[in-house]
Amino acid sequence: MDASKESEPQLTSNRTTVEPKSDREIVVTRTFDAPARIVFQAWTTPELFRRWWIPKSMPVPLLSYEADIRAGGSYRLVFGHDAAQPMAFFGTYLEVTPHSRIVWTNDEAGDDGAVTTVTLEEKGGKTLQVLHELYRSKQARDAALASGAYSGMGETFEQLDELLVTLGTTARSS
Amino acid sequence: MVQYSSVRLDASFAALSDATRRGVLEQLGRADASITDLAEKFHMTLTGMKKHVGVLERAGLVTTEKVGRVRTCKLGPRQLDEETAWIERYRQLWAARFDELDKVIEELKRKENVDGRK
Repeated sequence: MDASKESEPQLTSNRTTVEPKSDREIVVTRTFDAPARIVFQAWTTPELFRRWWIPKSMPVPLLSYEADIRAGGSYRLVFGHDAAQPMAFFGTYLEVTPHSRIVWTNDEAGDDGAVTTVTLEEKGGKTLQVLHELYRSKQARDAALASGAYSGMGETFEQLDELLVTLGTTARSS
Repeated sequence: MVQYSSVRLDASFAALSDATRRGVLEQLGRADASITDLAEKFHMTLTGMKKHVGVLERAGLVTTEKVGRVRTCKLGPRQLDEETAWIERYRQLWAARFDELDKVIEELKRKENVDGRK
């Protein structure tokens, strides 16, 4: 622990915001107090990535994760309580530009899969991260939001709330 | 609470599963309209449009009001709530992830300071 930060983490200034940009898009932004190359490293180093991509509150453990993080490479995340009923998320990296941009497909949803773009923009030692998900149709977006990738997250509200509280962010507004 | 909201969401998404009904909502997002207007716009019979509006109304996505002989439709108060609810659920997932990412990044930063810049 850094002595100057022994108190609760100051995450309130760097809030995650979500905005439906158009019928087919959602934009998630978040600032990090670190240079872009460090944020990029956390995204593109598999053992670091798996530490944060699956928050402790996720109800389903990660069984395996493989990723070849470069344009044309593919990734595969498999979740499940046992190998008999795995839930796989997979796709291909369309673009991987060091310290600034990662673009990948989400193929588990078939034709309804979104394309996800992460951009990193460094300013004065901080990095603005923008995650943009583009769906093929409003219907696909709504379906994904209603269930899809976020099903199972519903039951974890309380756990998430706890997590967010311990992280020093405000609890979910009722 | 969560259970209740997912039941409500299911009703909303069932209502939204039809292209005409989604079109009606988009239309009402721009301006209120009578059932007759909507039927014309979507090249449907009055009866067909009444059915669609009924589904939307039961899902709380549309409210209708009869003034004289004209039934006017407008967006229901529910729509915004629902969208806000699922956006919030989505936000919570990313917020949880990015708060963890923050920790990883802090660690990397500290390591770098210890190791000295390469």
